[in-house]
Amino acid sequence: MKPPPFDYHAPRDLGEALAALAEAGPDGKVLAGGQSLIPLLNMRLAAPARLIDINRVAGLDTLSAGPEGVRAGALARHARVERSAEAAAVQPLLRRALRLVAHPVIRNRGTVVGSLVHADPAAELPAVLALLGGSVRLAAAGGAERDVPAAEFFTGPMESAVRPGELAVSAFFPALPPGSGVSFRELARRHGDYALAGVAVLVTPAAARVACIGVGPVPIVVDVTEQAAAGDWAAAAQAVRERVEPEEDIHASADYRRHLAGVLAGQALRDAAREAETTGVRHHA
Amino acid sequence: MFDITLRVNGVLRQASVPGRRLLSDCLRHDLGLTGTHVGCEHGVCGCCTVLLDGEPVRSCLTFAVTVDGREITTVEGLAGPGGELSPVQRAFAECHGLQCGFCTPGFLCTATALLRDNPSPSEEDVLEGLSGNLCRCTGYQNIVKAVHRAAELIAEESR
Repeated sequence: MKPPPFDYHAPRDLGEALAALAEAGPDGKVLAGGQSLIPLLNMRLAAPARLIDINRVAGLDTLSAGPEGVRAGALARHARVERSAEAAAVQPLLRRALRLVAHPVIRNRGTVVGSLVHADPAAELPAVLALLGGSVRLAAAGGAERDVPAAEFFTGPMESAVRPGELAVSAFFPALPPGSGVSFRELARRHGDYALAGVAVLVTPAAARVACIGVGPVPIVVDVTEQAAAGDWAAAAQAVRERVEPEEDIHASADYRRHLAGVLAGQALRDAAREAETTGVRHHA
Repeated sequence: MFDITLRVNGVLRQASVPGRRLLSDCLRHDLGLTGTHVGCEHGVCGCCTVLLDGEPVRSCLTFAVTVDGREITTVEGLAGPGGELSPVQRAFAECHGLQCGFCTPGFLCTATALLRDNPSPSEEDVLEGLSGNLCRCTGYQNIVKAVHRAAELIAEESR
């Protein structure tokens, strides 16, 4: 239960970090909060030849919230984003999802961007990014930064669009539009465990979407605008059950996970629709 | 090897460590502070929780070299300068918040930070705050009681 040996680099600024990553190429791995990577190293499920520790890189520990949305830098820890009143006012789903991420002590170290790059299909934050249509900003030595939309960012279980030599420097979560509501619901055996299944939901005056976790290789986004407009939550839940691709493991059967995704989607859609009504009233008042 | 300096329980300590040295192992093996316990070594049990610049973190999920120059508080640093137990430690003893004691250093560090940030926590706050620490003896009831009792002790003593 000890990490395998690796070459360790602790760059002080972004240029140095990108140079180290470019030199390491496919052998390089970024260490930010380490709450997913270090367990993998301890259990020897990962053995990168070079670790580039970005914890000292100046300028990455940023969090900004404006009318457009919330941008979290690569060193913004879960706890900081969770506690930010500004971020919660602009996009309340972030705080609600973060409270379901592991335990408070893990959230003191783990980073929002790190969770996205780790791309665990059962994790909450990838679903939030996918649901809201956010993006991840990637930087590389000698190149321009590129913004990858959520729909293209998650490419498979624990796989993202980050190429060797690239560093995810920030992530952007769009603001909640006026008259909209959001909800996050999941079922886990114990609070803080990975969920057997979960859903993030967004209901706006124009659209309704569900993003499902734990029931596919990546967060699965289902458009239920039509069903929501008709107030037909049973049909919306049915649409979710038809789209998810759950697998069986020791914790739950595929059928149970499919059932769960439908039930949670129905509940969360009702929550979000109710919230959209009340915020809508407030906006009109 | 990397030469690092940590301020541990108020004392500057130096160690020479490989990049892969976990903070938990650095504290125990390099610095001889065996109060920090290592249970699962993958972030599940919470036994190895220490305070990093005051915030509770898993020392088994942190590399020592990453926290070079930072301040660490371990269970050895919770008691007062004369060795008198802290209110949280006294409450755990008083309420039978431990049996075998293996998980206790992690619970003490977690509860100390919890009560600093939230001096009068609700039942929910305590359960959520302790949710990342496992205990296989007590059934948790007395640990939860101890945290509430510690909140009373801290309030009484600050009067």
